[in-house]
Amino acid sequence: MITRRGFLTVSATAGGGLLLGFELLGCSKKSASTAATSSPASTAATPPAAAAALNAWIEIAPDDTVTFLVHESEMGQGVLTSFAMILGEELRPDWKKGIRAEHAPADKDKYGEQVTGGSSSVRGNFDRLRVAGAAAREMLVAAAATRFGVAASDCTADSGVVSCARTRQSARYGELAAAAAALEAPKEPALTPPDKLRIIGKGMARLDTPAKANGTAIYGIDVRLPGMLYAQVARCPVFGGKLARFSADKAKAVPGVREVFAIPSGVAVVADNSWAAMKGKEALEVSWDEQGHGALDSAHIRDLCMKVVKKGTVARADGDAGKALAAAPRARRVEATYEVPFLAHAAMEPLGATVRIADGRCEVWASTQAAGPSRESAAKISGLPIDKVQIHSTMLGGGFGRRAQTDFVEEAVHIAVQVKKPVQLLWRREDDITGGYYRPMSLALMSGALGADGKPIAWQHQIASPSLLKQFGPLASGLDGSALAVAKDMPYGIPAVHVTYADPELPVTLWFWRSVGASANAFVVEGFLDELAQLGKQDPVALRRALLRDKPRHLRVLELAADKAGWGSPLAAGRARGVSLVESFGSVVAQVAEVSIEKKRVRVHKVVCAIDCGFAINPDTVRAQMESGIAYGLSAALYGEIAIEKGRAAQDNFDSYPVMRMRDMPAVETHIVQGKVGDKLGGVGEPGVPPIAPAVASAVARLTGKPIRRLPIRLG
Amino acid sequence: MASYRLNVNGTVREVEATEDMPLLWVLRDLLGMTGTKYGCGVAQCRACTVHLDGKAVPSCQIAVSDVAGKKVTTIEGLPQREKLLEAWIAEEVPQCGYCQPGQIMAAAALLAEVPSPTDEDIERLMKNICRCGTYNRIKLAIHRAAGGRR
Repeated sequence: MITRRGFLTVSATAGGGLLLGFELLGCSKKSASTAATSSPASTAATPPAAAAALNAWIEIAPDDTVTFLVHESEMGQGVLTSFAMILGEELRPDWKKGIRAEHAPADKDKYGEQVTGGSSSVRGNFDRLRVAGAAAREMLVAAAATRFGVAASDCTADSGVVSCARTRQSARYGELAAAAAALEAPKEPALTPPDKLRIIGKGMARLDTPAKANGTAIYGIDVRLPGMLYAQVARCPVFGGKLARFSADKAKAVPGVREVFAIPSGVAVVADNSWAAMKGKEALEVSWDEQGHGALDSAHIRDLCMKVVKKGTVARADGDAGKALAAAPRARRVEATYEVPFLAHAAMEPLGATVRIADGRCEVWASTQAAGPSRESAAKISGLPIDKVQIHSTMLGGGFGRRAQTDFVEEAVHIAVQVKKPVQLLWRREDDITGGYYRPMSLALMSGALGADGKPIAWQHQIASPSLLKQFGPLASGLDGSALAVAKDMPYGIPAVHVTYADPELPVTLWFWRSVGASANAFVVEGFLDELAQLGKQDPVALRRALLRDKPRHLRVLELAADKAGWGSPLAAGRARGVSLVESFGSVVAQVAEVSIEKKRVRVHKVVCAIDCGFAINPDTVRAQMESGIAYGLSAALYGEIAIEKGRAAQDNFDSYPVMRMRDMPAVETHIVQGKVGDKLGGVGEPGVPPIAPAVASAVARLTGKPIRRLPIRLG
Repeated sequence: MASYRLNVNGTVREVEATEDMPLLWVLRDLLGMTGTKYGCGVAQCRACTVHLDGKAVPSCQIAVSDVAGKKVTTIEGLPQREKLLEAWIAEEVPQCGYCQPGQIMAAAALLAEVPSPTDEDIERLMKNICRCGTYNRIKLAIHRAAGGRR
């Protein structure tokens, strides 16, 4: 353990401010040397300046500039701003002066694992950030009290100034920061009472907007270092295959290509610029060992699913669904097969990372959702101790889960180890879309039965979907919780419910895709409930209402969306509405989609969305995330499919893997059930995605008279 | 490899490149101007939009050898961009932000062509992909920059 003085000395940052915070976590030790800014310009050589660290998240410079260090990744969800709001609500800085929010370096001792995902950044850190902000404020007040020669209780802190009304003394945060940082952090600082909150729950302009609009924001593949080289990697196109052999000659003959060598994932081509590296990769002579997977295709995958789907492991068994289904008359029973495909994430910024290994240190610049694991991987591959490895998290040009993988960072470190120069790896769009780590495909056999009153009495949901979670270790009781999301916890009050899971083992690599298993199962559960409503001649909203009597939170969200959408009111000719309601990541979201079919194409005109996420910290960010989730989910519902042919992906760029464009984007209206501070928080990054496919499918089914059981929606 | 003289944002820049090198990579890798983004390389996403003699083009499809004698404008040097930036900020458009410089370049060209666009004009002329789904806010921002919705 180092002394506080030592800590302050080494943690002083380039901007000359104060870092306060990890004592709050009860884990003060080393690693302070990694507490620099995440700016590519800052290096180990930057001399310490006078900035003071009040804790792991707050630095205050003598010129009053407040820097909020955010240990979660900004990928568009607004976390830099949300964290600044939560910390700043308590710190009470002068918002008109320099407020900066930037990524913290990877540092497990300070921040924990540092994997951004699961719509968890705000809900997972809210309490400790409030305490950190309040503690920093109390330390500034204590430092001021000492300076003024008064009691702390005589002082107030606001707008970046501590003042004492009685003695008419005041001091700016920047003047107090160094003295404050030397104080013990209070363990239980006083939090602002709910009626005095000024920022959280109300809103704030995003701090990252100007730089993102004017092109100065730096993303992973924008990093430029002196003398750097550019790399491409050729990878086996067949899932489960590997490198057989290659010849570097033709690639090396391309002007600008410098080196060609094997790395664990394929063959790296290193050149003077990205274009030369791409041309070199195209010229490369390489052959792959397909490991017997070269015949796999989507039809075969479907057969494999059908073979195992009825032999699944039981995940939920309420009552005796089998018996109820067998006893129900044919006219009151429905059976259906639902299918959703593999999906690529296709974030706007293609994958990549920049690595410099020099002077016994390894520095990585990457847009990553996994700063912590990236650091560990980089240490392992470079052979350097972890405290010599620094992860600079840049802005992320989208993540959607894909950037929680470390594969692209690992490739870049492997290349940097060999080239001995700073090097940037870039994945082409084709590499991204064909490269695996997909949302798992899923097939479900659904069976349901109605009672004489037209209400469901039995529900059977049999899932076959390759396991995403088993790559992290053996599945508990043979169940993949991700493949069962939303299905296992199906909220509707039906007396007999039976849910099973089976894993058709496939070589295709799988990963978390925005909203994960909920993206597949919400379509199935909500779609099949609609089929039962149709059979029982029940209104879809009325049926849900009837089946959710003991779920007030669901009911409230459903009612809000239905009410705002004018559910049941007349529509223009050729239009229909569809509804869905899904709980995921701690939030409940209902969506009503208004749809028509024009020239044999599904056109979504408007989506009314209601969300209960507990307490919305920045309501406009919640609205933005609902808009975003709807656009992302619509891309999947209307167009998205990775088909497998000859063991490889059949789609490779936005022409064959289309996504939502402006002309097809519906109007979106979001209504928030706003709670109060202290309410259990739900996520917002993902919960907007799952409801949209079933809401649109339901409307299309109403227009065509035929249920939609497969995504993407294709009209016959 | 050959030497090319380019007019980028009003400044003459000299680069050594192969004749087929797309303007995108000239800007990003040779000139270090990273506001112009790579997204697909096949003119689908238009994150790489720049202006060539005032017209919006995907720079991934323009070879360096075809740029001689033409004026290249990038996000870094877009004239009269303040109004667009203000509108983008007022409507809180960006999420991840990666596509936004390209969106603004496309919007600037659109407004040069149609100073008071309708929704339909915007939908017809804005072809850039945004994976975060900021389309509705982009539309609002373009209307705002144009001085109000028509």
